[in-house]
Amino acid sequence: MKKQSKHWYDYLYIFSAAYLILGFFNILFAYLGLICFFTPLAIAVIDGNKLYCNRYCGRGQLFSLLGERLGLSSKRDVPKFIKTKYFRYGFLIFFMAMFINMLFNTYLVFSGARDMQEAVTLLWTFKLPWNWAYSGTVPPGLAQFAFGFYSVMLTSTVLGIITMIIFKPRSWCVYCPMGTMTQGICYLRNRGRIKKEENSVSK
Amino acid sequence: MAEFRRKKAFVDKKYCVSCGCCVKVCPISAISIYCGVYAAVDKSKCVGCGKCAKACPASVIEIREVREAQ
Ligand code: SF4
Ligand code: SF4
Ligand code: SF4
Repeated sequence: MKKQSKHWYDYLYIFSAAYLILGFFNILFAYLGLICFFTPLAIAVIDGNKLYCNRYCGRGQLFSLLGERLGLSSKRDVPKFIKTKYFRYGFLIFFMAMFINMLFNTYLVFSGARDMQEAVTLLWTFKLPWNWAYSGTVPPGLAQFAFGFYSVMLTSTVLGIITMIIFKPRSWCVYCPMGTMTQGICYLRNRGRIKKEENSVSK
Repeated sequence: MAEFRRKKAFVDKKYCVSCGCCVKVCPISAISIYCGVYAAVDKSKCVGCGKCAKACPASVIEIREVREAQ
């Protein structure tokens, strides 16, 4: 049986790994992560598919690499509740609420109501000092957003690595907010076709 | 007419997260993502190798035996 041939986009895990490393040295690299935020949404909204997840997502590839090729995953099934719509959409809402909170903090720094915090917040709780990664070259508001956005990216990576170890390599994809959101958008965009298909299959 | 038992992949669409891990590992491209919402198996192509079921992070693919008349 032949293996599927490799394409350039099968190496995007390098981008994901580089992103996390670069942010350790200079927090402003966090802005690159906006690509991972807007691209999947744009593809889902414009094209109505999940090609980002299915093809380009470097994070998913990174988890495959660590779990599958490096054998760090125990490959157990995820508990059923994680797969439910309630949990997945619940986590998406929680994630978005935390995201808005981060944006609000950025706004406070922009407006001068609050001082910038040179810290990365892990799992929405633990503040890690990160002051070496910022040298004061941009306005504090812009840097604050970088710290906040990098916190979001690092937190989701850490969660993904934890579930990669305990469950299947890409178990993060089961509850990944971007994955849930793009699937939801695709459903809304294509529901006519999906309903038709379902009716024709259940004959 | 002889009857064959063949293994095929079945996706539980309700819990599929359309991540595409199954598509990546299928050696004969028998599985694809339909409208970005769930994975659909082309039963005429699928050889029931089980690679997709192993890779599926949500474990929503089952390999079942089906009877086929030929
Ligand atoms: S579900 Fe999330 S991590 Fe998985 S492929 Fe999609 S965007 Fe990437
Ligand atoms: S790997 Fe599983 S969850 Fe992902 S698209 Fe395929 S069947 Fe759906
Ligand atoms: S069982 Fe094998 S041939 Fe069938 S869809 Fe899955 S990976 Fe492809």
